[in-house]
Amino acid sequence: MTPSDKNLSQCCSSKCISPDMNWKELTKAGNIYTPGNASTYETGDWRTIRPVWDEERCIHCLICWRYCPDASIISTGGKFDSFDYKHCKGCGICANVCPAHAIEMISEDEIEKQKEAQKDEE
Amino acid sequence: MKNKVALTGNEAVAQAMRQINPDVVAAYPITPSTEVVQMFSSFVANGKVDTEFVTVESEHSAMSATMGASAAGARAMTCTSSQGLAYMFEVVYIAASMRLPIVFPVANRALSGPINIHCDHSDAMGIKQAGVIQLFSENAQEAYDNMIQAIRIAEHPDVQLPVSVNYDGFITSHALDVLEILDDETVKNFIGVYKPREALLNVNEPVSMGSFDMYDYYFEHKYQQVAAMEAAKRVIEEVGKEYAKISGRNYGLVDAYKLDDADMAVVVMNSAAGSSKGVCDELRAKGLKVGVLKPRAFRPFPHEAIADALKGVKAVAVLDRAETFSTLGGPMFADVRNSLYDLKNDIKVVNYVYGLGGRDLRLEDVEQIYSDLDDIIKTGKVDNFVRYLGLRE
Repeated sequence: MTPSDKNLSQCCSSKCISPDMNWKELTKAGNIYTPGNASTYETGDWRTIRPVWDEERCIHCLICWRYCPDASIISTGGKFDSFDYKHCKGCGICANVCPAHAIEMISEDEIEKQKEAQKDEE
Repeated sequence: MKNKVALTGNEAVAQAMRQINPDVVAAYPITPSTEVVQMFSSFVANGKVDTEFVTVESEHSAMSATMGASAAGARAMTCTSSQGLAYMFEVVYIAASMRLPIVFPVANRALSGPINIHCDHSDAMGIKQAGVIQLFSENAQEAYDNMIQAIRIAEHPDVQLPVSVNYDGFITSHALDVLEILDDETVKNFIGVYKPREALLNVNEPVSMGSFDMYDYYFEHKYQQVAAMEAAKRVIEEVGKEYAKISGRNYGLVDAYKLDDADMAVVVMNSAAGSSKGVCDELRAKGLKVGVLKPRAFRPFPHEAIADALKGVKAVAVLDRAETFSTLGGPMFADVRNSLYDLKNDIKVVNYVYGLGGRDLRLEDVEQIYSDLDDIIKTGKVDNFVRYLGLRE
């Protein structure tokens, strides 16, 4: 379970909101009754460029983890683990501050093309 | 116990506020509602109320502070007129969308320019789409009664919306009128202790209010406001019935006066309804089948009640004390005509824009309107359906 998934499950108590709810199910006036629920709002689809990790270059200094404004660098056991692509907005700060040049920002269009190419090969 | 007193409209409203004894009042004085704030501040200074009175620097701040207090869990009120309401405009929408049950009297006055301080309904009509309930009052008695009922309507769990109580500037606000006021204990029991369903100061059940709302939620939240307005129609009637038990005065969504067998009707709000009823009585004595329809609620618009009240008439004159510049008549005309459309009764509906900037509506003017309606019924023709009453042409 990633940290964001954990927040999600905590939030989905009685008064949680989600975009598939109708006007009767939503809380009055958009009132928010549960703290720490920003994670339920997925901002990953705002991204036009995505950070891609180069495992061989990474020195696990976690400077990216400190700088990320959206808590989208996931670390485990004091080491870089992965990006939270559900929330990463693709700002590129992590790539900019990385002293080992282990993060590359790649266009989402490029990623799409690569995925399609892979599908064709399969 | 009933208590008959002579008070101006402003004094009556200030007395209602004293009896309501709100937790917070934030207001900025403006003609012609100045006296309400002035008198209320003396109640605060003399310990007649327990209210925290906030002297703000503008109406924008007045509604903002009232909103903050209401969100915090207080029963909060403000009061304004004209330019003050215009300056408050932005925050009125926010108070409504945050579903805060704020009650605020508005002594109706024209909007500048040209600069004018006298009675018309341009200020109230400016916020008709803001999401607040708007009640209108024929005289000081109704202004007082509407204030007390407004608290119950605003705070009803199915409604939770601001309520503005309108009464005519100067004509009602400054003229001395005889009215009955309820005793303090009766009012206290009627409005009850305010128990907000959520409050920012309730640390045991924390809540965030007024969050940023994207396209995936905003539409649904606006519809919640529509549903609350729809519910308000039922609640206004329920509260009116309950209020009749303590006051002996009946209030509904509309006041249908001698309309049962009427051929002609005048639709008019606030003090001009009283003048129209007077003329109606005189013409009835002469055997003319005339009536008056006074909408008490303008938002929500009681279109079902209006269609029902007017279904038997042949010609209707809608009197608007505000201009829309649509070149298609005043704001109430549009709504009344719309309400009658599905009846398919071929009711002739004409509009009279009247009394702008405080020009008097004389009894002869109302007589002329009924005479015009009579001509329309006889000839079956309407030459000009938007008319400017008493305009020098």
